[in-house]
Amino acid sequence: MKILREILSPLVAVIAAFVVGGIIVALIGDNPFATFGLLVGNSFGSLRDVGYMLFYATPLIFTGLAVAVAFRCGLLNIGAEGQLYVAAFATAWVGIKFGGTIVNVFGKEENWSWMSLPAILLVPLCILTAIVAGGIWGAIPGILKAKFGSHEVINTIMLNFIAIALVSYFTQYYYKVPGDAILQTAPIGEAAHIPRISQFIPGMPDFVPLSVAFLLAILMCVLVYIFLWKTKWGYELRAVGENASAAEYGGISPKKQIIIAMTISGGLAGMVAVGEVLGNRYLYYHDFSGEVGFLGIAVALLGRNHPLGVFIAALFFAILLRGGIFVDAFTEYVSKDLVEVLQAVVILFVASLQRLSKK
Amino acid sequence: MLEIFSIALIFATIRSATPLIFAALGGMFSERSGVINIALEGLMLAGAFTAAVTTYELYELQTKLDLPPSIAPFAPSIAAFGGLIAGVIAGAVLAFVYAIACIKFEADQVVAGFGINILMLGLPALLSSKLYDSAGSTQQIKKAYLLPDLLGINVASFLAFLLVPICWYVLYKTPFGLRLRAVGENPAAADAAGVGVLKLRYTAVVLSGVLAAAGGAYLSIGQSSLFTRGMTAGRGFIALAALILAKWRPIQVLLACLFFGFTEALTIPLSNYRLASGETIPVQFVQIIPYVLTIIVLAGFVGLSRAPKALGVPYRKEK
Repeated sequence: MKILREILSPLVAVIAAFVVGGIIVALIGDNPFATFGLLVGNSFGSLRDVGYMLFYATPLIFTGLAVAVAFRCGLLNIGAEGQLYVAAFATAWVGIKFGGTIVNVFGKEENWSWMSLPAILLVPLCILTAIVAGGIWGAIPGILKAKFGSHEVINTIMLNFIAIALVSYFTQYYYKVPGDAILQTAPIGEAAHIPRISQFIPGMPDFVPLSVAFLLAILMCVLVYIFLWKTKWGYELRAVGENASAAEYGGISPKKQIIIAMTISGGLAGMVAVGEVLGNRYLYYHDFSGEVGFLGIAVALLGRNHPLGVFIAALFFAILLRGGIFVDAFTEYVSKDLVEVLQAVVILFVASLQRLSKK
Repeated sequence: MLEIFSIALIFATIRSATPLIFAALGGMFSERSGVINIALEGLMLAGAFTAAVTTYELYELQTKLDLPPSIAPFAPSIAAFGGLIAGVIAGAVLAFVYAIACIKFEADQVVAGFGINILMLGLPALLSSKLYDSAGSTQQIKKAYLLPDLLGINVASFLAFLLVPICWYVLYKTPFGLRLRAVGENPAAADAAGVGVLKLRYTAVVLSGVLAAAGGAYLSIGQSSLFTRGMTAGRGFIALAALILAKWRPIQVLLACLFFGFTEALTIPLSNYRLASGETIPVQFVQIIPYVLTIIVLAGFVGLSRAPKALGVPYRKEK
């Protein structure tokens, strides 16, 4: 019965999203059933489809977990977007500086790196960088909330704008290959590349960018579960989220937990860089995110802030993201922005049904 | 460095402060009644998009019709103010949806507000790709059809400044304002005194949608000449920060918005300013000034300001 109650409101929210979305599609002048067929029907047909869908799911699992951990402490982290931008750039920076990157500048070879570490050192160093960079950017609003009481939602939004601007500055002025028309860094060293799943599964095409980052995402689901429900730290974090004054009365410092939760949250969001920089483009590309940081909020809400729920919700939105491309191409009027509308309706309904499902 | 400060900077400050004043005054009504309004950003976008579409379509319609000479001179104004009114209506409708989620269903107000903001990223893009085959932006509107300037200042700016004393009067000198403040501080007591708590909160949230949307409409058909995706660029949140800085009081809201408007206005002369080396300051550093200052000001002043007591707490009648 408990499980039924847990999944009831997400289920209603998803159905509501499709009903509202369907009405909008019909009003715009396309066939809602055909549109939704394109939206959900392009993720299972072949290994390639599944691979792409899981590739889209990977960053959503990280950002979904990030938002969920903050939620469990009573905080809304709208800053995952900025955290993963900072992390992705920092990861690429380490991949360049320690990866032996040699750049061809107008026909002349320039060595941009300090040293060439072997893969066994470089990959863990890059992953650690992603976590630490995201964690630091997440800790800032945590500290601001704990020390000054300023609202994390406003601060994380501001920090998103700041992060994106700063990272764009460093990319443009220092780490872009001169002459490159695209705002992206030089490539990271090959030793920093992580394996793609296609290496292990026969029949999966090489170009599918699904990497072992997906396995890391699954591992993080397990670790977050253990942390939140099987450790004292996780218990304290959740206690603050349930009732901060009661937790304080019980000897738990809400301020400390707020900083811890936001740091962990930022670190998880930062792990998006692993799949993107080390497993997909092998460089920092400035427009890479596609707002997965914001989508993480819908993932966490739909997944009821539980790692298993986050995993399932991430797959759901990954199906929609992949389907959105087909909607763009094969419907007359509807664009992939439909996914964002569905996402919004899901958020509004999950939020509105929260009280009903608690009783 | 002194050449940065000029008359132009004053005008730019007024321009940048205008949408913030609308949105922050809107947020004031909602939050004074006890409903957090993270949705200001989305409400502004609703106003901006609807206004841009309406004004453009009215313009198109007018070019097709053969207007009699007695009406023709007013045609641009009809398009511009028609856009403003349509934008405001869209804001009111969207705010009503937000109010239903927050008041009727007692949704987490921050989460629901975020949902509204996401909706207003996706929905305008969806509609504009149908209407104009362009995801995210609407058609360019001719200058004559935008909200007009008077003495170099936009009419919307005059309206925003005029609204400050009006809102002050409504909040402190009318029965509605008294009830509104009571509901935000102690809804149970207000209820016992015969005030309809929920009805008042609905009114306040819808009013916030009206005002925030007017600010958004100014962005698309006053300051610029079309709607672009996410064109508010965090202004809804900066307005919230201004509201906190102003301790939820109208006159102080004006001052706080002028301050934040000034920080945004500074970005224009600063991006043209030449350093001793002859280079300009990288645009990215100039862009982040308002955002950095928002964080600093919030950290410095939030401790001194006290929110309405019932802010964020749904109200349920005792049985």
